[in-house]
Amino acid sequence: MGADPVGEEEKSAGSDGKFDASSYILDHVADSHEWHILTKKDGSAVAVYLPVIIYDKASGLHIFSSRKIAEDHSYEGFTVAHEGTNAGKIVHVNSEGHPDETNLPLDFSITKAVFGMIVAAVILLWLMLSLARSYKKTGISAPKGIQGFLEPVILFIRDDIAMPNIGEKKYARYMPYLLTVFFFILINNLLGLIPIFPFGANVTGNVNVTFVLALCTFLITQLTANKYHWKHVFKAPGVPFWLLPIMIPVEIIGLFSKPFALMIRLFANMVAGHIIILSLIALIFIFQTILVAPVSVFFVLFMDCIELLVAFLQAYVFTLLSSLFIGMATAEEEHH
Amino acid sequence: MTGTLAAVGAGLAVIGAGLGIGRIGGSAMDAIARQPEAYSKIQLAMIISAALIEGAALFAIVVAMIG
Repeated sequence: MGADPVGEEEKSAGSDGKFDASSYILDHVADSHEWHILTKKDGSAVAVYLPVIIYDKASGLHIFSSRKIAEDHSYEGFTVAHEGTNAGKIVHVNSEGHPDETNLPLDFSITKAVFGMIVAAVILLWLMLSLARSYKKTGISAPKGIQGFLEPVILFIRDDIAMPNIGEKKYARYMPYLLTVFFFILINNLLGLIPIFPFGANVTGNVNVTFVLALCTFLITQLTANKYHWKHVFKAPGVPFWLLPIMIPVEIIGLFSKPFALMIRLFANMVAGHIIILSLIALIFIFQTILVAPVSVFFVLFMDCIELLVAFLQAYVFTLLSSLFIGMATAEEEHH
Repeated sequence: MTGTLAAVGAGLAVIGAGLGIGRIGGSAMDAIARQPEAYSKIQLAMIISAALIEGAALFAIVVAMIG
């Protein structure tokens, strides 16, 4: 093996010593307890070890740095399982030192994705609070500074996403949620493209994160739906009674399939983008020559431009579809 | 074998996405050629439709990844 400054080859060498591209890629898009930055030539890793917070029914709350269980060590009776259905999760260690995969503890750790979300939340709070403060100072006048950057976006969300879909009378109630979800997804998408610590965590490419976002949309849609919405689900107008046993399950599936599509769309778009970029970089290690590097880097730059577009687009489509579902659920019935 | 089958399935899904988005692009070009002043509205609708169709194709890719 030639000199390899990143040391990824040693980490992902397969059983025959060749570079294992798929584990390299999947390790980078998956969530993890430590933030791996680089591996030195002697095999030791430079990483930021995030805290592990687990709650075990028998022994209570444990909080420790993930350095204690990095690289197959075990600490306080816990270690990270590597094979089987619980691969990657924290499990008990029984007295012989083998992972005991019954009764997994509840894992509330600050993992890479959680840390990425916290960074995005801090940036979002700072942006919006300074925006509000600057409006308080200048009042109603021509926008200056950060207002000029954010005001068109917020007005776009209000005028082109919320008002046409939810209606003039009710859109204001949902604007906070739509703005939050748009900027949260956008900032997380964009930060995932920056490869430097503390950015570059694959937050929106994590299906758990997009599940919660879609769940928020689902709850807001259903909990503020009016009775016409439920009438449409359970007794769609114009349907003969003998078709109802088919129509009602179909409508209920439709209720769940729309947020499910939201979740999968955002997750798959973001993770696909990260996988493409990682695959192009992995080409260098597969071909084992530095000559592939200019081609690889050029294509990675090109894909990054497309990823920028996809970041904005996915945030926009998520917000648009959320407002569409809210509009459909709160629509006033038109009497013919 | 399952890995290869998954890859073949993902490739088939991409054929569907490519066809669909290609048709959208073609119709958008025709519409812009007929009425150049509506360019921005047509472009907006085209991008939204492309994102939604791509979402459907990505369903299949996710299933292929799981399998």
